[in-house]
Amino acid sequence: MSENNYLVEACPLPIGQYDKIVMAHGGGGRLMQQLIDKLMLAEFDNDALNEKNDSAVVTINNARLAFTTDSYVVKPLFFPGGDIGKLAVCGTLNDLAMSGARPLFLSCSLIIEEGFAIDSLQKIIQSMSRQAKAAGVNIVTGDTKVVEKGKGDGLYINTSGIGVLDTPMNISPTMLQHDDVVIINGDIGRHSIAIMAEREGFKLEQPLESDCADLSGLVKLLLDGGIEIHCMRDLTRGGLATALIEISTTANKQIMLEEAAIEVPAPVRGVCEVLGLDPYYVANEGRFITVLPSTQAAQALTIMHAHSLGKRAVVIGKVDANSQAMVTLKNKIGTTRILELLSGSQLPRIC
Amino acid sequence: MKYIDEFRHQQHVELLATVINNTCTRPWTIMELCGGQTHAIMKYGIDQLLPTDITLVHGPGCPVCVTPLQAIDKAIAIAALDDVIFCTFGDMLRVPGSTKDLMTVKAEGGDVRTVYSPLEAITLAQQHPDKQVVFFAIGFETTIPTTAMAVYQAEQMGLKNFRLLVSHVRVPPAMEAILSSSENRVQGFLAAGNVCVVMGYQEYLPIAHKYQVPIVVTGFEPVDILQGILLCITQLEQGRFEVENQYGRAVRKSGNTTAQQMINRIFTPVTRPWRGLGEIAMSGFELNADYADFDAENYFQTGHITTREHEECQSGKVLQGILKPSECPEFGGRCTPESPLGATMVSAEGACAAYFAYRRQQSVTENNIQ
Repeated sequence: MSENNYLVEACPLPIGQYDKIVMAHGGGGRLMQQLIDKLMLAEFDNDALNEKNDSAVVTINNARLAFTTDSYVVKPLFFPGGDIGKLAVCGTLNDLAMSGARPLFLSCSLIIEEGFAIDSLQKIIQSMSRQAKAAGVNIVTGDTKVVEKGKGDGLYINTSGIGVLDTPMNISPTMLQHDDVVIINGDIGRHSIAIMAEREGFKLEQPLESDCADLSGLVKLLLDGGIEIHCMRDLTRGGLATALIEISTTANKQIMLEEAAIEVPAPVRGVCEVLGLDPYYVANEGRFITVLPSTQAAQALTIMHAHSLGKRAVVIGKVDANSQAMVTLKNKIGTTRILELLSGSQLPRIC
Repeated sequence: MKYIDEFRHQQHVELLATVINNTCTRPWTIMELCGGQTHAIMKYGIDQLLPTDITLVHGPGCPVCVTPLQAIDKAIAIAALDDVIFCTFGDMLRVPGSTKDLMTVKAEGGDVRTVYSPLEAITLAQQHPDKQVVFFAIGFETTIPTTAMAVYQAEQMGLKNFRLLVSHVRVPPAMEAILSSSENRVQGFLAAGNVCVVMGYQEYLPIAHKYQVPIVVTGFEPVDILQGILLCITQLEQGRFEVENQYGRAVRKSGNTTAQQMINRIFTPVTRPWRGLGEIAMSGFELNADYADFDAENYFQTGHITTREHEECQSGKVLQGILKPSECPEFGGRCTPESPLGATMVSAEGACAAYFAYRRQQSVTENNIQ
């Protein structure tokens, strides 16, 4: 080891300003937000993008179209409750649905690592096809690239999607009103913890499957039922907390949650307790929150309870009169905590 | 969930808060030693439930926070080498060294891996006989037994490519350092229940006696912490200075003697620097002579890396309970989890990070108590 000028007094300088991409830039937290704001938004700057929704809504010949794209890099590629193909189709369908759009077309781009088994690829493609057919959409275009062995984790998939908005409603955080309620369609944390358990070889007493699912059918029921939806967001990377913090920040409104109303399945809770993870920040792939007027809460719940993906739908919080961007959580012991955006991904604790 | 729900029970919490209020007649300053306790206090707003006479200060029990800059610079230097797989707990990735952090080393091509246990590093060493596999051994008596076990296993397997970068530390010498400081304001301790699971609490008896402070071995749930505080102030109000065990469901007086034997077989106490606190006599561990071959500092010749922290860095005062995070002029301004000035802000267990995560806008909490 070479002699360097180490014998110095040093105050640890802020190194939040990374000059290289680090893993935390992909964690869905504050570092990623800064990257998007400072690099992408500053350079690409346009109205549709600046809305920062899951889908961009653009108008062509009086038709309002939703357009979205997402890349999938999950490991392992096959996990309890799904595979990367199912995830890639459902994720993009959900991004379209969250803007209130009816999904029409998807694309499929594959980046495949040299040596990847054709048999596995076939299973994944069949899984994509099955999900797309079930949702009534066609995968109409795609691309295939192969990279050298060691340059990819088997398979990366990118899907883009186009949908049409049949409703004149503007579904966006800016529509939040005082006294709106926040409804979630089920329990939280299944996807991330199922994947982690599979990857790390945790032996869970109760089996746990990813919640990966296409939500567009359930959203359609709400829209067809005449529910005045103010905002929707699927609770993927960063989980429930991150989604609500982003909404609260854009809306400049306070959202107050009740811990007692939020269901965390026992195996998810167990893993989170052991590793020191907060289930509110853990990723889901089949859960979304919808914010709507309290007067329509009962009707919305009735509609959701009738759908297989909404059977456990419940009100978990409300929008406060306070116009301060913040998400608070009333603990089961009666005190209140503030939910803050994380820097990057959650890290397991040491002891 | 058994052993969790009953310790987060609202009625139990309220009852304990009431008894504490009725017991406390004077101002008292209590230090919780473990970063996990600090986080529980912030997460559950336990300090909101206490009378204003009780001040909680947050001790040096975050393993990431007290790991000296010098050790992090050594880790960064080793992790950047070719043919090294550097294994670390995830928390250490973003702790700033002098010029960069381990996450940046990884982005620059260093083979840095996050592990949950040092035993995973042993598996990696078996799988990669052509690489040197180095585990960054940080933490208190809670993590030391598994590190010791990893070295023991490596020896049994005859592994020649497994090394430890050791920065393990011990709690009792740090307590004595805090109590003997001229600026000390701590009148009672909540000792870390997890440390005592391993070590028991016999070594606290002479400290309680010598410095006349109550020491209560305490768990991590809201009911545990409130009960620990109650036991502590009851002693203070009565003028007693004893070691008590609140965390009886996990801690025995003698601790886990098998784990202690494993520690003593592999490690030997040594004087170590602590981030923010400076050198504390016999406050750490190093590999004993029989296991010196596993020492990464010897193998990679890192002796010349002797970074010292700047005297103006405030995190040392936070770690000693002299300064509350929110009293630091840089808190939430120049110093945030994205651009931490010190380790107390970057580590998930650090007191500053806990304040930032749960309390940045303190006024709000008050608004919401209805």
